[in-house]
Amino acid sequence: MAMTYQEMVAAARAEITEIDTATLESRLVDGTAIIDCREADEYEQGAIRGARLIPRGLLEPNITMQIPDRSTPIAIYCAAGMRSALAAKAIQDMGYTNVVSMAGGFGRWKAEGREWSEPVTLTKEQKIRYSRHTLLPEVGEAGQAKLLDAKVLLIGAGGLGSPAALYLAAAGVGTLGIVDFDVVDSSNLQRQILHNVDRIGMPKVESARETLIALNPDVKIRMHNTRLSADNIIEIMSEYDIVVDGGDNFPTRYLINDASLHLEIPVVHGAIFRFEGQASVFNPYEGPCYRCLFPQPPPPDLAPSCAEAGVLGVLPGIVGSIEAMEAIKLILGIGEPLVGKLLTYDALEQEFRQLKLRRNPECQACGDREQPPAIVEYDDLCMPAGTVARTS
Amino acid sequence: MTTINLPTIMRQHTGGAKKITASGRTVGEVFSAVGHDYPKLGEQLTSPEGGLPVFVNVFLDDEDIRYLDGLDTPVDERSDITILPAVAGG
Repeated sequence: MAMTYQEMVAAARAEITEIDTATLESRLVDGTAIIDCREADEYEQGAIRGARLIPRGLLEPNITMQIPDRSTPIAIYCAAGMRSALAAKAIQDMGYTNVVSMAGGFGRWKAEGREWSEPVTLTKEQKIRYSRHTLLPEVGEAGQAKLLDAKVLLIGAGGLGSPAALYLAAAGVGTLGIVDFDVVDSSNLQRQILHNVDRIGMPKVESARETLIALNPDVKIRMHNTRLSADNIIEIMSEYDIVVDGGDNFPTRYLINDASLHLEIPVVHGAIFRFEGQASVFNPYEGPCYRCLFPQPPPPDLAPSCAEAGVLGVLPGIVGSIEAMEAIKLILGIGEPLVGKLLTYDALEQEFRQLKLRRNPECQACGDREQPPAIVEYDDLCMPAGTVARTS
Repeated sequence: MTTINLPTIMRQHTGGAKKITASGRTVGEVFSAVGHDYPKLGEQLTSPEGGLPVFVNVFLDDEDIRYLDGLDTPVDERSDITILPAVAGG
């Protein structure tokens, strides 16, 4: 028997649950997956905040990948509540047990003055460039927009900073700051893959900028061709959301830690020695800080630099890539960042381990949130310099 | 025997060995036995006051012994101790 569209919608409505706009509004914060099943051009002109776009025609093929758990509460809406009724019926038939359709659709939602926003949308070129990201349900276009909006500061354009910068730029992190006062030397090229033979003698920040812009013109590069010091670190770091530490000495690492506690910015930490690497995330006051783990640096005979002791070039490639991954997870708010955990890597044994790190309640740097450490220049001993009252 | 995993920088005192074993009922006793077999390594694992040096982190399995019972933390034959140094290279 032939059916009209209206009859099909009526038949679907008889078999699904419909909710009104007020009920959907009350469910925005309870973990319900909100699906906008309109077309992309409708969605781009305005949508319910937090809704994910899965156009009606792509719903059945994509839903099991996007929402694998068939018991997940799902609310679907369209423009007027008809397409969403058919959509709800379709995925209910696929075994989803907790699906509702919003009667009246986005049209009624908007007319009632409920909150909506224009989703940040990608350009045509960006949709192609980042398509392998946006296919991931954990990223999607909304996640890619977050990456494009993020500001990450890389300390050092060396062994760790090179792979971190390349992957963050390729991922479309919108603003990358790079701090380095050094120039490219031929002994860097065995591991510092941002640079090349033509750039020998060039400031590393300029060489890095040329490489990264060529990789992804979406990314704004801010060059800080200076040595980080007590005088400039707060000003520089305050422009960013996240710091990726690829420094090569203890005084800088303690200085970054202290400034991060002032500004309450997370630091993605990486460090290497010969064939061994370490990585962690120091999220101020949420987990341990660098000084909780290492209250004082080791004496120089226990901690020679890469220049003195050597390092296999691939090692910073691996550890710096882990730092880039952690930074992206922080920006997207996905997964379990390495907060309160130290990842150790032994390249010769090809062994990764995770050690638990705890926040030291008596830490001289992060023990009291209202008294962050004084920002001072450290010598090689990096002894704690006391604290100051929080001003910001 | 408890296993102790050594970082690269300390292997110069063990003839290059990455893992060594030693006996003891606590971490402190194990370190004393290590000091007997490898005196230079023993010096790096003990502060002049007899405690742990502040720049050496010791993990029993994946837990920092500072948050257990320090050098008095009990160990058994299956225990795995990891010495973690601060490294700064980048």
